[in-house]
Amino acid sequence: MLKRKRWIFAILALLPTLAIFAYVRMYPIVDILRLSVHRWNILSKNKPFIGLENFRELMGDHLFLSALMNTTIIAFGVLAITIPLAMVIAALIFHRTRTRMSGFYETSVFIPHIVSLVPAAMAWKWIFDARLGPLNAFLSVFGIEPQAWLFDPVLSVICVIVLCSWQALGYAVLIYLVGFKNLPVSLYEAAKLDGASGPTSFWHLSIPMLKPITLYVSVVTLVSGFNVYAQPFVLASDSQGAPGRQVRVLVLDMLENSFRNYRVGYAASEAVVLLVIVLVLTLIQFTLLREKGKA
Amino acid sequence: MTDFAELTEAEIASGRRLRAKKRAVNIAIDIFLTLFSIAMLLPLVFLIANAFKTPAEMLAWPPTIVPHDPTLENFRAVLGETPLLRWILNSVMFAVMSSIAIIATSSIAGYIFAKFHYRSLNIIFALFLATAIVPFEVYMIPLYFQVKSLGLLNSVWGLLIGYLVMSFGIFLIRQNVIHSIPDELLEAARLDGASEFWIFVHIVFPLLRGALGALGVLAFFQAWTAFAWPMIVATTRSSYTIEVGLALFQTGYTVDLGKLSAASATVLIPSVITFMILRRNFVQGVASTGMKE
Repeated sequence: MLKRKRWIFAILALLPTLAIFAYVRMYPIVDILRLSVHRWNILSKNKPFIGLENFRELMGDHLFLSALMNTTIIAFGVLAITIPLAMVIAALIFHRTRTRMSGFYETSVFIPHIVSLVPAAMAWKWIFDARLGPLNAFLSVFGIEPQAWLFDPVLSVICVIVLCSWQALGYAVLIYLVGFKNLPVSLYEAAKLDGASGPTSFWHLSIPMLKPITLYVSVVTLVSGFNVYAQPFVLASDSQGAPGRQVRVLVLDMLENSFRNYRVGYAASEAVVLLVIVLVLTLIQFTLLREKGKA
Repeated sequence: MTDFAELTEAEIASGRRLRAKKRAVNIAIDIFLTLFSIAMLLPLVFLIANAFKTPAEMLAWPPTIVPHDPTLENFRAVLGETPLLRWILNSVMFAVMSSIAIIATSSIAGYIFAKFHYRSLNIIFALFLATAIVPFEVYMIPLYFQVKSLGLLNSVWGLLIGYLVMSFGIFLIRQNVIHSIPDELLEAARLDGASEFWIFVHIVFPLLRGALGALGVLAFFQAWTAFAWPMIVATTRSSYTIEVGLALFQTGYTVDLGKLSAASATVLIPSVITFMILRRNFVQGVASTGMKE
């Protein structure tokens, strides 16, 4: 009797959350899969089933392919900058924990991660500005010609990577700090007795032991890199009012196909490609972690 | 243990050298970290400084950090040209309502998943976790059409639909319940005749205050910095969130840097201050995402 009452309470209490969850998560996720195999132009009433036709078309769509290319470069570029830098900065901050300055270091490295995206991107847009920006003025001191950072397609991808890394760093540093705090102190003391210097024990002890954390931060960074949208939107939209196209990314291409070209089914198949990329990344993380557990 | 008296001159000298070297290393690290921290903050510092500069000073090289001739003209111009305060209000309402919804849904679901062991619940929990991998950007287009069919486009309610639940929040609260609320406590209350609902409201909820605070801050900032979703759901000028409003304002060709900086600074300053106040909660929330392993 009492058990039955508990079960009823559990179900009743969970019901609202479950209903919301089903409506705002499960349903749209199933819907995106369904839409991706249909041709749906918003303007027409029919939604014929076309199988994998959308995906086949994507493979020959040069706008999509360049978006995929740019997004991949951005995601891996941010990863390549963030992981090593975050590890070193976190190690140094950890070395100085419990000093008066450590709070200042932690906070200032973390602030770029929490400030609103658009104002932060605006600050960088000014830095990169070809005529007024301090970056070109700074480089001219070394005799380097001014560059059109935000107009050249290659350079603007680099600018997006710099901005995204600046934002991602604080999160990575914080997670690494948690990792450092959980490492066994005794191992470092033993290494010290054996005459190992700080950099040596960082290389031979910290990096291997922090591997699960590195894996986690890598996947999080890559996934958010593949979803990048606001940063290129702000940086690469020129001052003449045209929305950013220099740096074409997946989310932008998807939204344009859906809301500008009204090809919702086609956009849905792009979303599915994005989903597959994310699933593969997550799967790699789980596999590598499990292998490590066995070893 | 070595007796101090037995230490030779040479040993004392080498000890002193070692300590001096250690101090030198620490000072070097402090200098490097200080410079690095300042470099991280510099773009934001410049942005805020630019907001108070006259057009002439904006072009000066080297850029000044403290404006020579501070002016509020940029702010006045922006407030005259855009409904900036309205956008901020929209963002605040959206973020606050989203935090409340996420706290409510996460606390109940997290508690149930932690303390009620039924196979059916385990299956549901697995589903919650599995969908957590799917990024919002993947399913926002179908969600947009759901919001549209509800007639909620261009309203805070439409924005809210996308940010009512957070899988990570449910996971976080479940972990907290497992670690900080003993079964004995709940059993004792049950023996005293307390109802399940009473137990949740009067025992569980207060004990989770810390974790819910962290989650609330996390949820607030998540909505406050949202971009793609508000961009498609809120498309009329008066329904923009501050992020969307600013992003579209900057694409207008009449906008100059001073006005843009002023508008950005208006958004940045309160969010940095809020972060400073809630820093502990926030860091705790973020840090616990990394502790899953």
